[in-house]
Amino acid sequence: MPKDGGIGASSKRREDVRFLTGNGNYTDDMNLRGQAYVHFLRSDIAHGTLTSVNTEAAAKMPGVIQIFTGDDFEAVGGMPCGWQVTDKHGEAMQEPKHPVLAHGKVRHVGEPIAAVVAESLAQARDAAEAIEVDIAELPAVVNMKDAVKDGAPKVHDDLTSNLCYDWGFVEENKGAVDEAFEKAAHVTTLELTNNRLVANPMEPRVAIGDYNRSDGEHTLYTTSQNPHVIRLLMGAFVLGIPEHKLRVVAPDVGGGFGTKIFHYQEEAFCTFAAKAINRPVKWTSTRSEAFISDAHGRDHVTKIELALDADNNFTALRTDTYANMGAYLSTFAPSVPTWLHGTLMAGNYKTPLIYVNVKAVFTNTVPVDAYRGAGRPEATYQLERLVDKAAHELGVDPIKLRRQNFITQFPYATPVAVEYDTGDYVATMDKLEEMADLAGFAARRKESESRGKLRGFGVNCYIEACGIAPSNLVGQLGARAGLYESATVRVNATGGLVVMTGSHSHGQGHETSFAQVVAEMIGIDESMVDIVHGDTSKVPMGMGTYGSRSIAVGGSAMVRATEKIIAKAKKIASHLLEASEGDIELKDGAFSVAGTDKSVAWGDVTLAAYVPHNYPLDDIEPGLEETAFYDPSNFTYPSGAYACEVELDPETGQVTIERFSAADDFGNIINPMIVTGQVHGGLAQGIGQALLENCAYDEDGQLLSASYMDYAMPRASDLPMYDVDHSCQTPCTHNPLGVKGCGEAGAIGSPPSVVNAVLDAMRSGGHDVGHIDMPVSPSRVWSAMHG
Amino acid sequence: MYNFDIAKPTTIADAVQALKADEAQPLSGGQTLIPTLKARLAMPSTLVSLHGIDEMKGVCNDDEGRLCIGGATTHATVMREAKDDYPGLASLAARIGDPAVRNRGTIGGSVANNDPSACYPAAVLGSGATVVTNTREIAADDYFKGMFETALEEGEIVTEVKFPIPQAAHYEKMIQPASRFPLVAVFVARFADGVRVAVTGASNNGVFRWSEAEAALSSNFSADAVAGLSVSGDEMISDLHGTGAYRAHLVGVMTKRAVAALA
Repeated sequence: MPKDGGIGASSKRREDVRFLTGNGNYTDDMNLRGQAYVHFLRSDIAHGTLTSVNTEAAAKMPGVIQIFTGDDFEAVGGMPCGWQVTDKHGEAMQEPKHPVLAHGKVRHVGEPIAAVVAESLAQARDAAEAIEVDIAELPAVVNMKDAVKDGAPKVHDDLTSNLCYDWGFVEENKGAVDEAFEKAAHVTTLELTNNRLVANPMEPRVAIGDYNRSDGEHTLYTTSQNPHVIRLLMGAFVLGIPEHKLRVVAPDVGGGFGTKIFHYQEEAFCTFAAKAINRPVKWTSTRSEAFISDAHGRDHVTKIELALDADNNFTALRTDTYANMGAYLSTFAPSVPTWLHGTLMAGNYKTPLIYVNVKAVFTNTVPVDAYRGAGRPEATYQLERLVDKAAHELGVDPIKLRRQNFITQFPYATPVAVEYDTGDYVATMDKLEEMADLAGFAARRKESESRGKLRGFGVNCYIEACGIAPSNLVGQLGARAGLYESATVRVNATGGLVVMTGSHSHGQGHETSFAQVVAEMIGIDESMVDIVHGDTSKVPMGMGTYGSRSIAVGGSAMVRATEKIIAKAKKIASHLLEASEGDIELKDGAFSVAGTDKSVAWGDVTLAAYVPHNYPLDDIEPGLEETAFYDPSNFTYPSGAYACEVELDPETGQVTIERFSAADDFGNIINPMIVTGQVHGGLAQGIGQALLENCAYDEDGQLLSASYMDYAMPRASDLPMYDVDHSCQTPCTHNPLGVKGCGEAGAIGSPPSVVNAVLDAMRSGGHDVGHIDMPVSPSRVWSAMHG
Repeated sequence: MYNFDIAKPTTIADAVQALKADEAQPLSGGQTLIPTLKARLAMPSTLVSLHGIDEMKGVCNDDEGRLCIGGATTHATVMREAKDDYPGLASLAARIGDPAVRNRGTIGGSVANNDPSACYPAAVLGSGATVVTNTREIAADDYFKGMFETALEEGEIVTEVKFPIPQAAHYEKMIQPASRFPLVAVFVARFADGVRVAVTGASNNGVFRWSEAEAALSSNFSADAVAGLSVSGDEMISDLHGTGAYRAHLVGVMTKRAVAALA
């Protein structure tokens, strides 16, 4: 029987009432009294020397309040990077300056050069057209391998080259790995590209800066996944505003997918300009601006090799990856191809020796940073494509080869520095085989062929690492931030309570699922619990939402705070019941004395806490409010197995997805409906990457796919009815809820099975092409088969 | 968008008059023009809306048995009202864009704009239709002059398109995955006196007739008749979504499938 409330219940998403009835409060819905508007003049040249920016005529245009250029920000800090990677020689990465507004040079199309603040947006745009910008164009570097050649044009003149870092992981293993390849019975090699993507959240970025001259307080309303991170980065590193004078609010946010983690120039600008003109300053990104100013995702070029012994056991893995950083280091960019990618290269397999090399490269393109999955999709894609290729080269069944090499003993310490606490890869694969109806595939293929179509089946496994932690470890790895989470539980006198969480919900349904956890712990109705997030003036210092960390880390903080509440409430109950504290039990929202019929309701205890007439004032303080910070001891490791079945039209190259099955192990589950929804969304983005999405530049650094006319987003008609299962559950061993996180799994796990299925379909038509790069567009498929 | 004035004439004559203003531009369904204005890529002084001109709306038959569609008729209207008389055309209209586009976009706007990837030009050329303007009638073969180019003069309005009704017609479309415009689409119309084949989406010169396929199909209306034919990829559009060679190949595939759908 499905539960009707609490942990494990598919409670309806309470936030949807306001989202679906137009009552959400998104940043662009807000308008402050006296608000001015900013329009950014952006570079349409990828690389050039900024010889002059003449604003004289523009400044006289109607409605113009003030025009800012790079010169105005010379005394201000640049955009900070939140992660320092150390290269294979022990040297720190090359870290370029990142100005708020371009200074000296422009380095990518879309970089802001000047900002016009005016009474209306139209006036700001008119004036921006009157600014005379003189740029001496320089040759652009777009291709990563060209960018690291001797003599390549340098994106940053003050760096020694375009190489940000050359990272070896684990460097000490390199010799042993190379040796294992010498001895291998078989080596499979694959070269592939993980295509660059634009995140495209439904709500574009928005920022409103406000300044109160009377108390010197700044407020930034922004579309962020982590308002405290923005407060810290912008306050401390860019504008020099102490945190108690800076409030950051991220109200309803319409999707993030990673690209709203980062601190952007527009946020710093609006905060700065609001003080400069003593009026609120608002910026709303257009969709066109989003394409050239939101951090992009992925963009790896990889050569990966697998060594096998004569019995098809994996003996070693070696990778050589070029990772595009774009023109500047976005907030967490250096961590994505390293600690979020290299550490996942073992996948689900007991490969004993692994060496990962990553060269991060500057190019004249939009900065690249975390996008749903961040590093883990790149790891999964290359590994699961490689294992499939090995199976075909060896003539063994791809599922059998995977099963043979599965890790089966837990905990398992990988050769890439992480320890998987739990998992059961056999169970998810068993479940997948059942869901995907492998037995019926031959008949389905025959039916497709009777219509002149090819049919293919592809499978892959994935391992994910969520809730990156603990803080002391990530500090050693180069993080310039802690990765704990916080929660304050404030119980009201009449028993209702508010949880103020450092996590941020931008579509995930936290307001529902977090309330389920607390309600279950106390034994009260979910409607008695409200979740507050997204405002640094309300919630304790929190690190926000990304990397599928919210339930595993944020949820754990909430559990710890609620445990403190319950402990104190028991003390109060023991006083009211005149019983020993150790005999007090909490069940279904009432405290009782074990073995008796004496009890007191939750509401009586909470009332006593705030009206302490009959209260142990000598022992404990009045009130019922507790805060906890939770710093996990390890990542969590969701895993799963996915299968895709495609039909391919050999005359046109068109691929359609006929079936998609996903068997995930997320550990314990709070709200199955929300988890299913998260997997659905992730699958849409993963399938989008595999079939449709392609962020492409030309050799001059112009973005070719700069609008929805050329950037193909997945639509409902492109996607099948998914078959999603999360009944395989190996609970996480080190957090109180036994949860693992589910937000990114779909995006991580789906691309390889799609491509494996397409290649299978092509093989069945007599075209064994070895590999095809994403997106697997009709034109690419046709060219691969007939080109 | 830049500021502009808007004129809302209710007759063709008033619209023609309003278009005489300096830098005036007609606005029909606005499915291309409005995004262009929003991107500040055009700066008309006056937009002359054709939306309120009733004499340019609707679907009817003339004495010669042609299906006559007013220039300001939306795709959704054609989808519904041409269904009985000219199902091949109604089906094309039903597959343009999405419901929002079909409820605003008009046949006159599409034909006047002549986007090389638009759907309607294939039907107009493939049917051998006549484009009627406020001053004259232009045969489809003389109307389409290349990518975004037509025989229209400055200030001339497409008031109506008259379609001879073929015995059978089918529009076969392969969509570009991002824009969902045709990557390549072919309109095949079979008349008593021959077959017309018009191709959109493929060529750098806009919509064109594939005369070799027309000749083959006129003598033998079967998919086999075109199986061995091909067009050259030299003049074809080559972009992110497909090379010229791929588009040339698709011309053959779409033609064959259109014929097969009618056989």
